[in-house]
Amino acid sequence: MSTEKKLHPGINIAQTDPKAHLEAEPVMFGFWVFLMSDLVLFTLLLATYGAMSVHGMAGGPTPKQITDLTSAGIETALLLASSFTFALASIALKYDDNQRALKRWLIVTALLGAAFIGMEIKDFITLAGKGQIPQVSGFLSAHYALLGTHMLHVASAIVWMAMIWPQMKVPRLKDLVRLRIMRLALFWHMLDVVWVAIVTFVFLFGAST
Amino acid sequence: MSNDRDLPQSEDESRTRELRDSVIGLGGAVVLTLIAFALAIFQPWGRSVLLFGLGGLALLQVGWHFRYFLHIDLDRSHRDDLQLVLFTGLIVLLMVAGTIWILFNQYMRMG
Amino acid sequence: MDWTYWLFGTLQWSDFPPKKDLIATFAASLVILAPIAVAVILTVTKRWTWIWKEWLTSLDHKKIGVMYCVLAAAMLVRALIEAGLMRTQQAMANVGSPVIGADHFGELFSTHGTIMIFFVVMPFISGLINFVMPLQIGARDLTFPFLNAASLWLTAAGAMLVNASLVVGKFSTGGWSGYPPFTELAFSPGEGVNYWIWALTLTGIGTTLTGINFAVTLYKERAPGMHLMRMPLFCWTALSTSILMIFALPPLTVATAMLALDRYAGFHFFTNGAGGNMMLYANLFWLFGHPEVYILILPAFGVWSEVISTFSGKKLYGYTSLVVATISIAVLSFTVWLHHFFTMGQSANVNAVFGIATMLIGIPTGVKVYDWLLTMYRGRIRFTPPLLFSITFLFCFVVGGLTGVLLANAPVDFAVHNSLFLVAHFHNMLIPGTLFAMIAGYMYWFPKVFGFRLDERWGTISWFLWSAGFLLAFMPLYALGLMGAMRRTSMFTDPHYTPYLMIALGGAGMILCGLAALGVQLFVSIRRREQMRVPVGDPWDGHSLEWWSSAPPPEWNFARIPQVDGTEAFTAMKRNGQPYVAQPENYEDICLPANTGIPVMIGVAGGLCAFALTWYIWWLAVVMLVAMWALVVWRSWQGEPMKEFPAELVRKHTEEWLEKARAAKPVDRFAESEPVNLGLADPIR
Repeated sequence: MSTEKKLHPGINIAQTDPKAHLEAEPVMFGFWVFLMSDLVLFTLLLATYGAMSVHGMAGGPTPKQITDLTSAGIETALLLASSFTFALASIALKYDDNQRALKRWLIVTALLGAAFIGMEIKDFITLAGKGQIPQVSGFLSAHYALLGTHMLHVASAIVWMAMIWPQMKVPRLKDLVRLRIMRLALFWHMLDVVWVAIVTFVFLFGAST
Repeated sequence: MSNDRDLPQSEDESRTRELRDSVIGLGGAVVLTLIAFALAIFQPWGRSVLLFGLGGLALLQVGWHFRYFLHIDLDRSHRDDLQLVLFTGLIVLLMVAGTIWILFNQYMRMG
Repeated sequence: MDWTYWLFGTLQWSDFPPKKDLIATFAASLVILAPIAVAVILTVTKRWTWIWKEWLTSLDHKKIGVMYCVLAAAMLVRALIEAGLMRTQQAMANVGSPVIGADHFGELFSTHGTIMIFFVVMPFISGLINFVMPLQIGARDLTFPFLNAASLWLTAAGAMLVNASLVVGKFSTGGWSGYPPFTELAFSPGEGVNYWIWALTLTGIGTTLTGINFAVTLYKERAPGMHLMRMPLFCWTALSTSILMIFALPPLTVATAMLALDRYAGFHFFTNGAGGNMMLYANLFWLFGHPEVYILILPAFGVWSEVISTFSGKKLYGYTSLVVATISIAVLSFTVWLHHFFTMGQSANVNAVFGIATMLIGIPTGVKVYDWLLTMYRGRIRFTPPLLFSITFLFCFVVGGLTGVLLANAPVDFAVHNSLFLVAHFHNMLIPGTLFAMIAGYMYWFPKVFGFRLDERWGTISWFLWSAGFLLAFMPLYALGLMGAMRRTSMFTDPHYTPYLMIALGGAGMILCGLAALGVQLFVSIRRREQMRVPVGDPWDGHSLEWWSSAPPPEWNFARIPQVDGTEAFTAMKRNGQPYVAQPENYEDICLPANTGIPVMIGVAGGLCAFALTWYIWWLAVVMLVAMWALVVWRSWQGEPMKEFPAELVRKHTEEWLEKARAAKPVDRFAESEPVNLGLADPIR
């Protein structure tokens, strides 16, 4: 098998690290399959939300009443920016011999992700302050479950990053850590894709009804 | 397996290309997001047209992210991944469209 | 809240044995005594180190496959005894002497269904695929051996949780499908439904990961020249099943997670009132549930294809059409889920669409049946037990399929849904279709796994008991269903039912005898194993690469990875080349993943976490959840430790095998069950 081939979508490390490149193929493909399974999970939560946001209000708040477009806009900006900084981290992972730029962009990404989670928690607290908790109606249950699942994913991505961090110094794990960061990148970008759907079908649709 | 078209030979060239892809990805995503938010805020059209417009923009942006951040393209070398994504798209379509159809149908008849 | 709640959740002394009725107490003591017995045997024979080093910590796909099958076999025994008990109850209650109460009956049909689907058939297919598939595609292991072991132990933990419910507290009475609002807190307080939710969660995670593992292996680890369209059919069905596992398990995860949120946190997904909608549950559950039945049946189709073609001594008829049919079934299986709830209130048009989609599946399935028949046509058929099972399968499966087409008509379904007609229908698909395939596959590949054949006489006896028992146990249920007997009913009081219920009881008894015959067969075969050895490894004149290795195969599977030039790679080798001639001496060191105990620990932690959640023991749940992830992180620090098999060892093993092949006499197909069969086939030309 040639090391001059692209073996998986995205940034291939063939030129800079041929050995890890070959090992990358099945691992990256496997992670793609996992991501697709996870994506199905999110779309089902979205479909549930789609039904509940019309049928499940039970006299409680409507989507329009709980939509805060300003907050959603800030969250979107944070997550989009973090996707871009992770892309920069991936490029640094591939080309730079030292890890300075990589670590810098990873930290920026993690901070943006943490800020995103902070904003969401603030939204939840605001809603709960108005008595709009998941126990009120099927609609609010679906709202919290969908956003909560996404938030949990972002949080676990940050934890994952923190777990990789000390391993980056260990020469023995060099190739494995590369592959792990490449998979983390896919995970992060995929969460951004899911967020695009959430923003549209939860917040923008909510504001438009 | 001697197709060497898909990986440029020099490091500088490919680094520039990958950086450019990321910038294009961010730029497109920002533009699409802004249009979608503007539509939702100013509500220029009737409700159903608006919802279709927003849905269309979301699909477009999902495709954009897949292309520029997740780097799915038509390259022959990783057709496996493209097929996987397309198959997932089919399954998602079946599940979401079916669920919405069934539940709204029941709701209409029960309501 | 007093301190016992913080420590033990809702556990009470009264949740422990002795139970209120004698049968439950007996079952609980079996669950306690069986592990003690195993422990005593291991201690007396001094085998603890052996079982830990050779089996529990192994990452070898072959050993993991065997452990999956052992788990499935143990759970099969439990589920069949429960089935016998249910038949006894319905038959006896109808003549005025019930054996158990309604609640106990509810637990029985819930555990029977849950176990048969999630802890018998799914582990069994995972086990068969694990063992056979890498050998068939010429690979040395799955792509992710560690993940494979973790999946096994998560599944085992789920099974142990269901078994724990026999001892501590009670299981759900909500059936294997767990429909709310009955399974909501308002109607099912207590631990029963929790047991069900967390057992499914554990095995659901394990199964999704297994699916990913199988699919990636099939895509990325095939031997050179093994194009997709050259894979044995069993691999194609394994691939389709993996794809279904990957995409069909998320709906189950979502449905059970939402039910858990309802029960634990007061959400309103499926409750009565507050905007909850139980139809949403039915929709999500069957989005999983329908592909699930094809997860169960497709690998069975793969087994039948291998068994029928091998024991007919012919190339599989219509390979391409079988591949296309398999893929069509896999895709169509995502388009028919509504036929499980035709009567839930949607319009006739919706029902019609899904009814038609359902009937469409009959087409690719019919193609398959014709292909198998034409494979047998003018073949050199040997009536070995696996082939006998396939004949029962062909007849009964077609009958079951026809009743399925009946049920696909929404008006017919309105008349017989939720009756014993439906119970008869799906047992008619799953017993001859899936379970018989598992038994046939077990007998077919057993010589490869352990190096000796299984006794054919007891195999044939078992076939007779299973086949006749199945017909007697389930044909009367069609009639009973049409007479109005509803499923999941603990007692009827209609004297007209009595003869049918009695015949069904007799059938269930015969099935239990069939199970016992399988046990006797295994026992007899182990005692007489010296006369049944097939060290050369090809006892049936097989077609695919798994037969091209010693029996049992070495841990590295192949000394050199074969080059493949067409379908039925091993047949081609036997015809054109010389499979048992040493290759030029270029043996090399082979690296395989080293053993590790971490997957077992992940399974234990997962099981304890699920148990703690079931009983609301929050501190334990949190500790165990953290422990699971800590174990994963620990593994990530280890890198991927390997063990090396030096070239000298590989050379020695290979040459011993070739020496046995030279010494053995090629056997004719009709001497297969004679001691002369050492596993060297005289190929049919």
